[in-house]
Amino acid sequence: MARPVRFNIHPIQADIKDNISLANMPEGYTGEGFFASRLSDVVGLARKNSIWPMPFATSCCGIEFMAVMASHYDLARFGAERLAFSPRQCDLLMVMGTIAKKMGPIVKQVYLQMAEPRWVLAMGACASSGGIFDTYSVLQGIDQVIPVDVYVPGCPPRPEAVIDGFMRIQDLVGQESVRRRNSEQYKGLLQSYGIQ
Amino acid sequence: MALTNETIKDRLIAKFGEQLSHFEEPYGLLTFEAPRDLNLKVMQFLFDDQELRFQFLTDLTAVHYPDQQGRELAVVYHLHNLTDNIRLRFKVFTPSEKPDVFTATQLYSSANWMERETYDFYGVNFVGHPNLKRILNVDEMEYFPMRKEFPLEDQTRIDKDDAMFGR
Repeated sequence: MARPVRFNIHPIQADIKDNISLANMPEGYTGEGFFASRLSDVVGLARKNSIWPMPFATSCCGIEFMAVMASHYDLARFGAERLAFSPRQCDLLMVMGTIAKKMGPIVKQVYLQMAEPRWVLAMGACASSGGIFDTYSVLQGIDQVIPVDVYVPGCPPRPEAVIDGFMRIQDLVGQESVRRRNSEQYKGLLQSYGIQ
Repeated sequence: MALTNETIKDRLIAKFGEQLSHFEEPYGLLTFEAPRDLNLKVMQFLFDDQELRFQFLTDLTAVHYPDQQGRELAVVYHLHNLTDNIRLRFKVFTPSEKPDVFTATQLYSSANWMERETYDFYGVNFVGHPNLKRILNVDEMEYFPMRKEFPLEDQTRIDKDDAMFGR
């Protein structure tokens, strides 16, 4: 039996408030005409909702990432509207796909060209650990050449997983202390990768 | 008259005699073995001969036979006669201690990169090659990964438990 055709005869009127997600106010003291809060919270709030990702897609994870950016999953909802293809403008390096050993220096070069503060998300089994390519030609995880903030497992990960990983990046960005990048620990981390 | 495998074989034997051996025709592809020092002479003859005209090098690679003492590495040439559309294949064997084989770059320009690849993966030293260095692998690599004495897996990993991977 044929399915009856349904018409949307009672459409819900669009409400602008449904389309805007409002960020919660950071903790602080508020009074008449003033609001006092910590600078790092305000900076973090601004940063985490306007991350510019730098896609470094080499294989099938890159295809999945296209779905993340497209209308169904829509990473733009999280403020990552603007993919930049110049590392100098970007905050988040998203490495998606198998990185061969010959590609390693290029990933590192892109990372070095990004300005601080910068974050790195390794998407998929290959970028995180080499994945199934346990072989002489493949880098066994990009954390051998650059520090990684969030690993998204999967082969390839579902777009939901990528969004989850991205939201964890947002948490890191939002809670980061303003002085973290000057700390001895952070400098030591970069030193361990041979980055000044 | 179309060129046949028989004709090619007869011409080769007439020219080189007993030096060529192991004539076979698996799947209709004429295959034989030549001594290592003769690879250029055989190719030059196949290239220049007015009837044979094998003027296209389809493929050049190597095979590692670790069990064959003194002839561990086989360099395989696939030649193509584009006029008569007929192919042949021949091998030269070389010991892995001294894997020197004359380069085919003077005859076939396409041998340049293929010999670099063969050097990259098997360490065959092509004597006379204009630029014999690695082409696909990283320059820092210190071994020839397709030789059987080297494990396929990346050896820098410490987090993989061999028992979990059936090794």
